[in-house]
Amino acid sequence: MSFLAYGVAGWLFLVGLYGIVTSRNLIHLVVCLTVVQASTYVLLLAIGFRDGATAPIYADIPTSRPVVDPVVATLTLTDVVVEATVAALLLSLAVQAHRRFGTLDPDELGALRG
Amino acid sequence: MTRRFRMVVFGLGAAGLAGLLAWGFAGLPSFGSFDGAYGQLLAHLTVPERHATSAVSVSTFDFRGVDTLGEEFILFTAAIGVLVLLRGQRAGETVAAEPIRQREPAAESKTLRSVGTALAAPVLVLGIYVVAHGHLTPGGGFQGGVILMTAFLLVYLAGTHLDLRRATPLGAMEAAEGTGAAGFALIGLGGIVLAGAFLENFIGFGTVGNLVSGGVIPLLNISVGLEVMGAVLVIVGELLDQRFLVRRGDR
Repeated sequence: MSFLAYGVAGWLFLVGLYGIVTSRNLIHLVVCLTVVQASTYVLLLAIGFRDGATAPIYADIPTSRPVVDPVVATLTLTDVVVEATVAALLLSLAVQAHRRFGTLDPDELGALRG
Repeated sequence: MTRRFRMVVFGLGAAGLAGLLAWGFAGLPSFGSFDGAYGQLLAHLTVPERHATSAVSVSTFDFRGVDTLGEEFILFTAAIGVLVLLRGQRAGETVAAEPIRQREPAAESKTLRSVGTALAAPVLVLGIYVVAHGHLTPGGGFQGGVILMTAFLLVYLAGTHLDLRRATPLGAMEAAEGTGAAGFALIGLGGIVLAGAFLENFIGFGTVGNLVSGGVIPLLNISVGLEVMGAVLVIVGELLDQRFLVRRGDR
């Protein structure tokens, strides 16, 4: 019984959340969010792993070899794309916030909003 | 809310969340002993049914192709979202869409300049290779599209902002993005017309291991590669433009 990989995913999730909560800069905050999202890649790939199995690429292995689950790899690919788009949109919102309010500190932005 | 109060709230919430996560993880199969029948079934069908060797690509573009269509359109929509956000602001607040300092070099360093110039062409070839072999080896449209995009970014790093514009006219990138997104949808519709179901394969599968094999999967990889390269370049180009723009009051 080994749950270390799941623990790594949980740790990445929580440490990213800590970064978001304590962030003093919107760019830093977006990077922390990508750390949170990285935890889902680790979790998905860890779930699909099988002992003694190899990557599900049959270019140079016989089809009888045990392979890890290809579906979680596909889901991770979707996850990466979604993360990249979320980061791009949030970064452009950060650009806009900086141009409008002259600061990237979320606390000061909150004060401006009232 | 003071920072101390915020940390207390976060600490309580994180402790609760950590407990729930630990509880949830304890219910998962032990690491390495996952026994999902669905993934194994798809892996075993990859070579005999689709004549391709990368089970991940076959899952992405064939067995779960409709998901990937949605995924591609997420990227498409996000690129449009970034354009709307940043260009809308440009129309309202800035003096002009032109750079205020003409031909400001992005790289002062000769090393960066020569390495960037030397790498651009090999990286472009690598990107095309990764897109074209998506159905055979690890890779595919999403990964290869990002590599293709870096080739253009290397031109930016090596030269000036204007060189990036010359190498990647924004209109051409928007066209690449649109062509890629439309290509995926049209291949799917081709399946309806020629084979009776959306994204159903409608051309020959070819010989296992050949560059031309796997039915429509290589075509889907190419359209996704175009779409990803175009979308990311549109986003990056628009973000880079921002540093050349000033608000009317600041000038």
